[in-house]
Amino acid sequence: MINAALDICGISKLFGNNLANDDISLSLGKGEIVALLGENGAGKTTLMNILFGHYVPDSGKVLIEGRELPPGKPRAAIRAGIGMVHQHFSLAPNLTVLENVMAGTESLWRLRSGTDAARQKLQGICSRFGLTVDPHARLGDLSVGEQQRVEILKALYNDARILVLDEPTAVLTNLESERLFSTLKYMAREGLSLIFISHKLDEVMAAADRIVVLRGGRKVAERLASKTNKAELAELMVGRKVARPVREPSTPREVVLEVAGVSVIIDGVERLKSIDFTLRAGEVLGIIGVSGNGQTTLAHLLSGTVSRDKGVVVLFGEPIGDLSVEGAVLAGIGRVPEDRNNEGAIGEMAIWENAILERLPRFSRHGLVDRSAGQAFARMIIDAFDVRGGKPTTRTRLLSGGNMQKLILGRNLIERPRILIAAQPARGLDEGAVAAVHERLLQARREGTAVLLISEDLDEVMALADRIQAIVNGRLSPPVSAQEADATKLGLMMAGEWNEEHEISDAL
Amino acid sequence: MRFERREHRSVALVIATPVLAVLCALALAGILIAIAGAPVMEAYWRILVGAFGSRLSATETLTRASPLILTGLAAAVAFRARLWNIGGEGQFYLGAISVAAASSQLLAGLPSAVQIPLLLAVGAAAGIVLLLVPLWLRLSFSVDEVVTTLLLNFVALLFVSMLIDGVLKDPMAFGWPQSQPVADDAVLPKLLARSRLHIGLGIGFVLAVAVHLVQSRTVFGMQSRAAGLNPAGAVFAGVPLGRTLVKVACISGGLAGLAGAIEVMGVQGYVTTDLSPGYGYSGIVVAMLANLNPLGVVLAALFTAVMFVGADGMSRSMGIPTYIADVTVSLSLISMLVGVFFTQYRIRR
Ligand SMILES: Nc1ncnc2c1ncn2[C@@H]1O[C@H](COP(=O)(O)OP(=O)(O)O)[C@@H](O)[C@H]1O
Ligand SMILES: [Mg+2]
Repeated sequence: MINAALDICGISKLFGNNLANDDISLSLGKGEIVALLGENGAGKTTLMNILFGHYVPDSGKVLIEGRELPPGKPRAAIRAGIGMVHQHFSLAPNLTVLENVMAGTESLWRLRSGTDAARQKLQGICSRFGLTVDPHARLGDLSVGEQQRVEILKALYNDARILVLDEPTAVLTNLESERLFSTLKYMAREGLSLIFISHKLDEVMAAADRIVVLRGGRKVAERLASKTNKAELAELMVGRKVARPVREPSTPREVVLEVAGVSVIIDGVERLKSIDFTLRAGEVLGIIGVSGNGQTTLAHLLSGTVSRDKGVVVLFGEPIGDLSVEGAVLAGIGRVPEDRNNEGAIGEMAIWENAILERLPRFSRHGLVDRSAGQAFARMIIDAFDVRGGKPTTRTRLLSGGNMQKLILGRNLIERPRILIAAQPARGLDEGAVAAVHERLLQARREGTAVLLISEDLDEVMALADRIQAIVNGRLSPPVSAQEADATKLGLMMAGEWNEEHEISDAL
Repeated sequence: MRFERREHRSVALVIATPVLAVLCALALAGILIAIAGAPVMEAYWRILVGAFGSRLSATETLTRASPLILTGLAAAVAFRARLWNIGGEGQFYLGAISVAAASSQLLAGLPSAVQIPLLLAVGAAAGIVLLLVPLWLRLSFSVDEVVTTLLLNFVALLFVSMLIDGVLKDPMAFGWPQSQPVADDAVLPKLLARSRLHIGLGIGFVLAVAVHLVQSRTVFGMQSRAAGLNPAGAVFAGVPLGRTLVKVACISGGLAGLAGAIEVMGVQGYVTTDLSPGYGYSGIVVAMLANLNPLGVVLAALFTAVMFVGADGMSRSMGIPTYIADVTVSLSLISMLVGVFFTQYRIRR
C-alpha cells in the first residue's frame, strides 16, 4: 500500500439498474503498466471516468499515493497527477499543438500568455520521452497517431504521474501501436505509472506488466503478464471458451472476378499500381498489409465508390466499365467497409433505414419508400444475424460495434451475394464479436460466395484465407497459398519483399 | 459531471422543448419590460391583444406569418441536408422582382387562372437560380455556401434596387423607387374580404404538409437526410450526393422565391427595397425554432408573427420600444437551441 501510486478501493457504480462497476479494487505501483482488459461494456471506461472525477461513484474511494481523492472533481484529479487519454480525443483541430497542450492550463485573467515558457516546457517533455511533434503544427493536419501523441503530451504537460489510456490503439495502425507501446514502456521506466485499457489480447500481453480482467462490471482476475497466456485471458474475459473458427479445406470453383493491371490515381497520388488478382467462388482471398498502403482504395474500387484509371476488370466473365454503387449491389457484390461508423452506417438513422439505404430501388415504389417492407427486411437481418440491442426503428448509433458489424454483414449476406468485399471486418471488435464475424465469413465461403478479405491482422488472414496476397505501397504481391504461408513469410511480403520475377512478367 | 447523448428522445420532450423555450424567453424579456418601467403581465396582454384583439390585427398576424412559413420551410429543408442556405432574403427579393417583371412585361393580359400559377412558378424559379449558383460553386470548387449565399443577399437587393430605379421603375410613382405593379389579374385572391389576408397562407400550409411527406416518405427524403447526416456514409450507400443537393436546393430556393412572389402578388402589389422586413433571415430563426420540422415551421412562423405584430400594438399603447419583439424572438431562439441541446444530451454525474 505504501508504494502504490494509485489505489482504487471497492468502487461501485450503478447506471439505472445496470451495475457498471461492482466493488472493483486495484492498485497501481510506481513505474508499473497495468492493463485493464475486458470486453465492450465490461465497465473499463466507467471505472476510469470515476478515477478522473467525471462520475461520482456510488461507493468506494480512490487514493493517490495514500491520499484520498475527492469524488467528482476532475480538477482535483488533474492536480493529483492523473492524466487521461480518452477513447475519443478531446483536442481542437483548428489550434496548434502548443495551443492544444496549453488550453485549460492558463488562468483566464492573465493578460500575457506564457507561450515561450510553455514551448520550452513542452520541448523538454518531448525530448525526455522521445515524443517528436512540431509544436506549431495545426492539430488537424496531423495523423491520428500524432494526435494521440499530443493527448499524451498534454497530460504530461499537466505534470501527470499516473497516465490512463482508454483503448488507445483502437484508432491506430499496427505500426503506430507498436511505437506507442515502446513509448509507454519508456515512460514507465522514467517513473510514470500507467493504466492501459484494451480488449485486445495481443496488446495487453505485449505492453503490460500486470493484467486486470473485468467482466460484467466485476474484477474477475488479475495476472502477471509473464505468468499467463492469450488463451487463459480470452477465457477470463469472455467467461467461456471462445475459439475463433478456422476454415476447413475446400475446392474453389469458377473465377468470378479478375483484376488485371489496374491503377487508381486519387488527387494525383497513385494509390494502386497495376495490381492483379483473381477471385474464385467459394474461396477467401486475403489481402494483407499495413494500413495506408492502398487497402482503402482497393476496397472502394470494388465497392463502386472509386473508379480506375487503367486496367481491366472482368466480373463473372465479362469485362466491365466503372462500377457504380448501385451496379455493384445489383451485380451481387456485398460490401463491408472498413470504417463502420462513417461509411458503414448512418448513426442517426434507424436500423431499418440503414438496412435498405443501398437497396432503395427494391424497397420503394414510385419514389415512395416502402417502410413496412424495409422494417421486415431489417427484422429478418436482426433475427438471422443475431443483432442485439435494437429493434428495426432503433437509431443505429445505439448499437455496439459488434452488433453494428453484424447488421452490416447481415444486410449483405442475407442476399447471398456472389462476391463479398470485407475490409477490416473485425477491426476494433471484442473477442466474441470477432468469432461471430469470422464464422459468418466462413459460412459465406461454404455457400459459394467469393470473399475478398482485406485486413492487417495476420492471425485473421491466416485463419480464414485460402490464398494470400500482400499489398505494399499500392502494389500487390503474387498470391501464396495458405499452406505455404507462415508468419515469417507473410511478414516479409508485407515488407514488400517478394519474388521480382512476377513484377517483371507484370510489366510485359 | 459530463454531457452525454440521450439514447431515446421521447416525443413529449421534443414537443415540450419549444414550448418551454418560448416561456423561458418571455420570462427573460419580462425582465427587460420591467426595467423599461412597464407592468410585465399587462405588456404581454397587450401583445396578445395587438396580435389577435381585432379582426384587423388577427388577419394582419396571419398575413405576416404567410411568407415566414415559406422562408422557414426553405431554411428547414436545406439545413436538414446540411446545405447552409443563408440566402433566403436574396431569393425572396429575386422571386419578388421576377414576378413584378413578368407580370408587368410579359404576362399582363392573361387571365388570372393562368397568370397566377405561372407567376408563382416564375418566382420559385428565380429563387432556385439564385441558390443553384452557390451550390454549383460548392460542388465544383468546395466554396463554402454560407459565405456565398449570405453575400448574394446583398447582390440580389442591389440588383432589385437597380431595376426599380431603372428599367422596371414605375413611372406613376412620383419618382419613388418602386417597380411597376403586377397586373390586377395577378393579385392573389383574398382569404377574407376586407383584409390583406390572401391565399398565400393556404399555400404555406399545403407546402408544409407536402414537404413533411416528401421528407418522411420518399426515397429522395431519405437520401437527403442521409446526405445531411453523414455524407461519407451516404456516398458509400450509393446516394448521388450532388444530384440530391441540387434537388434540395431547388426545393429550398423555390420556397424562398415563392415567399417573395406571394408577398408581391398578395400584399404590396409592387416591389420596393423594403418589401421584406427580413423575412429571409427570420425564416432561418423560424426553422431553428421548429427544430427543422416542416410542421413545426408553421407554428414557429405563427409565433414569430404574433410577436412582431403584437409588439407593435403593445409599443403604441404602453410606450415600450418595439424592439422587445426582436429581443423576445431572439431569446426564444437561444432558449430553443439550449433546449434542443438538452433533448439530445443529458447531464450525468
Ligand atoms: N452514462 C451511462 N449511462 C448509462 N449506462 C452507462 C453509461 N456509461 C456506461 N454505461 C453502461 O455501463 C456498462 C459499462 O460501460 P463502459 O464502462 O463504457 O464499458 P467499457 O469501457 O468496458 O466498454 C455498459 O453496460 C454501459 O452500457
Ligand atoms: Mg470503453
